[in-house]
Amino acid sequence: MPDRNGAARPGGTALLTGAPVLEVTNLRKEFGSLTAVDDVSFTIAAGRSLAVVGESGSGKTTVARMIVGLERPTSGTIAACGNDRSRPARSARDRRRRGGEVQIVFQDPYTSLDPRQTAEGVIDEVLRLHHGWPADRRRARIDELVELVGLDSRQARALPRTLSGGQRQRVAIARALAAQPQILILDESVAALDVSIQAQVLNLLADIRDETAVSYILISHDLAVVRQLTDEAVVMYRGRVVERGRTAQVLDDPQDPYTKRLRASVPRPGWKPSRRQMPPAHQEEDPT
Amino acid sequence: MATQHLLEVTGLRVTLGDGAALRGVDLAIRPREVLGLVGESGSGKSMTARAIDRLLPRGAQVAGQIRFQGSEVGALAGAQLRSYRNRVAMIFQDPRAHVNPVRRIGDFMTEALRTNLGVRAEEARQRAVDMLSQVGIEDGQRRLRQYPHELSGGMLQRVMIAAALLTEPALLLADEPTTALDVTTQAEVMAILDELRREYGLAMLFITHDLELAAAICDRTAVMYAGQIVEVRKSELLHTDPLHPYTAALAAARPDIAQKSRRLRAIPGRPLSAFEAPAGECAFAPRCPHAEPACQAALPELVELDGGLSRCIRVAELRGQLEATHA
Repeated sequence: MPDRNGAARPGGTALLTGAPVLEVTNLRKEFGSLTAVDDVSFTIAAGRSLAVVGESGSGKTTVARMIVGLERPTSGTIAACGNDRSRPARSARDRRRRGGEVQIVFQDPYTSLDPRQTAEGVIDEVLRLHHGWPADRRRARIDELVELVGLDSRQARALPRTLSGGQRQRVAIARALAAQPQILILDESVAALDVSIQAQVLNLLADIRDETAVSYILISHDLAVVRQLTDEAVVMYRGRVVERGRTAQVLDDPQDPYTKRLRASVPRPGWKPSRRQMPPAHQEEDPT
Repeated sequence: MATQHLLEVTGLRVTLGDGAALRGVDLAIRPREVLGLVGESGSGKSMTARAIDRLLPRGAQVAGQIRFQGSEVGALAGAQLRSYRNRVAMIFQDPRAHVNPVRRIGDFMTEALRTNLGVRAEEARQRAVDMLSQVGIEDGQRRLRQYPHELSGGMLQRVMIAAALLTEPALLLADEPTTALDVTTQAEVMAILDELRREYGLAMLFITHDLELAAAICDRTAVMYAGQIVEVRKSELLHTDPLHPYTAALAAARPDIAQKSRRLRAIPGRPLSAFEAPAGECAFAPRCPHAEPACQAALPELVELDGGLSRCIRVAELRGQLEATHA
């Protein structure tokens, strides 16, 4: 894996060795009798981006939550930057280190920010906790991050309720980047944005990757967004990986029946939606 | 236009509190026609549908005219209004927010038949079961006894469609009916909607933020920006030959499923809501790559060109210059 941006991130040990930045092995998660995630494995090389595609209930968000540490796997292992994170962190220090490896940006920019904290305030808190920097250094980094995500100084000092959805999502991205993670999980992070804003945020994410060599895990059902932002893709269906490969190849030449149906379901000129194409095992069930 | 319109909206203005929500909407739907209504949040798509179905919040001030089959909708009240709503049925984005969670599917589906149309309970239930089978739900008897939480989102949206069709409407107002659904479920629900509206000869106003979806299933598409319609175009020309710079920019901003682009052509700034729009100028001008000083001198009119409508003073000179895009 060529490491063209390694120099920009002296902290990234994985970048220097070329080892995978994330390794997920035989991951399984049960909720009672329901198996939400079943034997999921994948690796991400440093600076590369992976899409996890699937419908609601496919387990894709559960995988993301386990990687970030919000759910504990029933079995299987997760290693980020060479460090195991399959078990809960044992100390605050351990938790902080993990936060420096993986961060997440959630779908809904309206509920994922503290309504009482300005963008600057939330970034400052992360910088203080993660890096312990003095005030002037934090101030300089806040300005860099705010600039990087394209917020102006008025917006940076505003409370979330006065910001639009796109601006809030920029705040959430800046907050996540403040911890200088190797991996940024984007859990449907652009899905709720208007098309014209979504394009701005997607361009921004591409710029950030060029500048920092961060790896993205994009959890998404939007195949056009997946194409735009990722190198590789895994397709999940009912908790299992049913297809994987280079994003272009998975989208242009899908092999699994579910991936084929997913691809055929995307509206395009001359598209004729059809019903009852599903094989019996794929029939929609009532939620449990 | 020679064809008799089913619905005609002229100069529709809605004011909520002291802010404008619609700033003069004109649209017409012919019988059996599917008209798409596309735009970003705050553009007024949902507000337009709500105004048509007389479902605006209390205190909303409405000006302009809505005519359905020749009669003035604003003048309807009581039984007439209820009967109008049966003829102009609405399907919402989030079915769960629009059904009573503590009432059974059967009560919900048969209510309009029983209370407005005087159909006896037993017959109403039978019609509901038949209609459920039309939307691909075979075990209707059992479904009628269930509660909304027992159904998945896709299933519930099919129930909503069936319920809307039960009152034999002539026009369906579909407000982002598939936005909350998975892509594959969306394809199914769209297939059902498309099939049934052909079979029953319905017209449809199909609201969506998804230009590709509108282009695929609508006969014509109207594009809204800041509380006004800025373009009406035959859907197949929407991507290849748009008339308004906003439509072209919107299409170009979407990533392409067939190829990665080095950079997306993002539109600078953010979409304006109707209440923020300046009165005497083109609301899109500040974000428009083709804007010139004249654009901010007066509010452009909707002008007809090449079978479509565009609210752009430069529409004629920009002809062929608005970038054709991938889709």
